[in-house]
Amino acid sequence: MTAAATAATALRVLTQLRRDPRTVALLLLVPALLVTLLRFVFDGQQETFDRLGGPLIGLFPFITMFLVTSITMLRERTGGTLERLMSMPVGKLDLLTGYGIAFATVAAAQAGLTAAVAFLLLGLDVGGSPAAVVTLAIGNAVLGMSLGLFVSVFASSEFQAVQFMPTFVFPQLLLCGLFVARDQMAGALEAISDALPLTYAFDALDRVASGGDFGGRGWLDVAVIVGVTLLALGLGALTLRRRTP
Amino acid sequence: MMQPLEAAVAVVGLEVSRGGRRVLHGLDFGVARGRITGLLGPSGCGKTTLMRAIVGVQIVQSGDVRVLGEPAGSPFVRARVGYVTQAPAVYQDLSARENLRYFARVLGAPAARVGETLEKVQLADRADRPVRNLSGGQRARVSLATALLGEPDVLVLDEPTVGLDPVLRENLWRTFHGLAERGVTLFVSSHVMDEAGRCDHLLLMRDGRLLADLTPAELRERTGEDDMEQAFLRLIEREGTSA
Repeated sequence: MTAAATAATALRVLTQLRRDPRTVALLLLVPALLVTLLRFVFDGQQETFDRLGGPLIGLFPFITMFLVTSITMLRERTGGTLERLMSMPVGKLDLLTGYGIAFATVAAAQAGLTAAVAFLLLGLDVGGSPAAVVTLAIGNAVLGMSLGLFVSVFASSEFQAVQFMPTFVFPQLLLCGLFVARDQMAGALEAISDALPLTYAFDALDRVASGGDFGGRGWLDVAVIVGVTLLALGLGALTLRRRTP
Repeated sequence: MMQPLEAAVAVVGLEVSRGGRRVLHGLDFGVARGRITGLLGPSGCGKTTLMRAIVGVQIVQSGDVRVLGEPAGSPFVRARVGYVTQAPAVYQDLSARENLRYFARVLGAPAARVGETLEKVQLADRADRPVRNLSGGQRARVSLATALLGEPDVLVLDEPTVGLDPVLRENLWRTFHGLAERGVTLFVSSHVMDEAGRCDHLLLMRDGRLLADLTPAELRERTGEDDMEQAFLRLIEREGTSA
């Protein structure tokens, strides 16, 4: 409805995050530490590190933003502030877009830092451009955010919201092709993976990381990421009810 | 005299169920403009549900709720109604000023009103501490300030004075009367009967039904009790024998 409400919401979410320096530190540093860990787990196997490193930088923001958003949204619901906002003349999309801008900003910082550590300090070498990896990472963060927002409506406590991470995210990680190429999985699993958004997120990252042709399939991946993000945001807006039982 | 030309809130045949249980059983009443109407009754009698229906965040089964002549919850009404929930609905990790600044922007209220409103609820000296570190009464005032930001025509307050010390309660009631004098309609719930005497008009509620719709003076007259708590008990007694 209004850009002012959207900007105010983004600013408010970022201010709240700033009030919690430990969470900010965890958000920014943990992915960089994990990439460092990965580098030394595959010590002397530069090729494996190069193959996995790029996609991992791009997938971390998906995971963290999924979790952070579902918890933040749950707090907003249980703390009564959502009800207050719903009794005010504010559009639901203003709120959701504000959230999106705030978390995309955090994701950009997270992916930028992780990429800097990986490319500059750890000698990660991807075939494609590091900037493309970071850009896809931000896109994946917004995807994770919109899915987190949508599933938060099904959680009535923070315990449940935390459990949604292994429920919704782990199967997608296992099936997306990161660990085992999808055509080597049981046929049924490959078919299931076709329907999971992270499969497309990984495929795009893998194309950039391997330095091959991004091609039509790469752009299809991007279209799926954007489409699913919009779909989840739309469903999220539907679950933001003005009236509740 | 208590029948205004046009009621600020008009409720007709309101029925609400929550979790399969009927909470409000067909309520009919009006709330006069520019006055303080008290909604009194024991906890669990449906006061909060009724207030939620008036601000338009409650799913209702049947009946009509109009605020300022428009359906409750419509965009026109949302811009003119302030709502203070029982538990302070503000961001605990932000300061009072940050909370107000955010809600002012959402409401499209001028930035200067943030400072004015903080003064009004006497929080100016604590405005920059995280709300989480404030006392219960101070938190309640942050929540009230948020509702005052948009200079609403109708203010719906759910137990605004619970847990506040007597001095603060006195101050808040003075604020409420000041608002009413400027034409604001206040709808205030309480389960503390001695607050009934501070209202212009009373709605007494029990088990999702209205027991009485009268002025404090009429309540005293009808029951022959001066003490509001005794008066309410007397009313329930009569209800019991007549049923």
